[in-house]
Amino acid sequence: MNLFKYSSPSSFYGVVGKMIPWLAWSAAILFVAGLYIGFFVAPSDTQQSEAYRIMFIHVPTSILSMFIYLVMAGYAAIGLIFNTRLSSMMASALAPTGALLTFISLWTGAFWGKPMWGTWWVWDARLTSELILMFLYFGFIALHSSIDDPRRADRASALLAIIGSVNVPIIYFSVQWWNTLHQGATVKLTGTSMHIAMQQGMYTMILAVWLYAITVSLMRVRNIILERECKAQWVSELPEIRR
Amino acid sequence: MNWSDFFAMNGYALYVWGSYGMALLALLIEIIVVRRKGIAVLRRLRIVRNTEDTVL
Repeated sequence: MNLFKYSSPSSFYGVVGKMIPWLAWSAAILFVAGLYIGFFVAPSDTQQSEAYRIMFIHVPTSILSMFIYLVMAGYAAIGLIFNTRLSSMMASALAPTGALLTFISLWTGAFWGKPMWGTWWVWDARLTSELILMFLYFGFIALHSSIDDPRRADRASALLAIIGSVNVPIIYFSVQWWNTLHQGATVKLTGTSMHIAMQQGMYTMILAVWLYAITVSLMRVRNIILERECKAQWVSELPEIRR
Repeated sequence: MNWSDFFAMNGYALYVWGSYGMALLALLIEIIVVRRKGIAVLRRLRIVRNTEDTVL
């Protein structure tokens, strides 16, 4: 089996098209299961009452906002080093989803901060570095769209993505390195004090958001492939274009 | 537990539903935008192909 077969945009386009419905349904089922556990199985919190239920959307979107950035920077770096256009297209496809999840993380954080801390926003290290993450995504998207030649745009924005990735460990460790209003990690390698149903709900929602991000990025990368390969013979021979 | 208690979220309704509402809205908008973009790209490529067919 040739491992590099699917690294060509034409075969990748076809395979991904077949995967999308399966991924989308898996994500939908996990969302329903995760929300069911989060709202109906997990008990009320002794300190935060029902407000803690924001966690089931806040934690998954926050984790994925950082993880997607690293994946995006990784694809961009591979595209830069090995000159593979599909890798750069993947980086471009991930950026809007990453930005959106960062926005949801900040929004839900504000809506959790207001009842618990008494403020929507505070310039502490965790919140500020997460806000910078959103601007890095915006910068990546803006820089890419400001350069006409797509391969040059790939290289310039790859450099931005790689340099910007230093921000991700800063976000992650900010609660240890500085005194933040934001709490530290509740789930650690050494264990957690969280109720088992709360953990199950959170992990299910992390998987759901993860699968959502994969699905929507693959949908977007197919659009990008068609746009950027529009002169290629295989595109004009696609059944959805021939009809 | 009844439904009005559920939606009241023990006084935290604004914060809980404000969070989930915005998350749902954002994800739905993203899906719609990506799908519409896909339809538009395919339509444009189809037009390009058909005009090439008639010209050549």
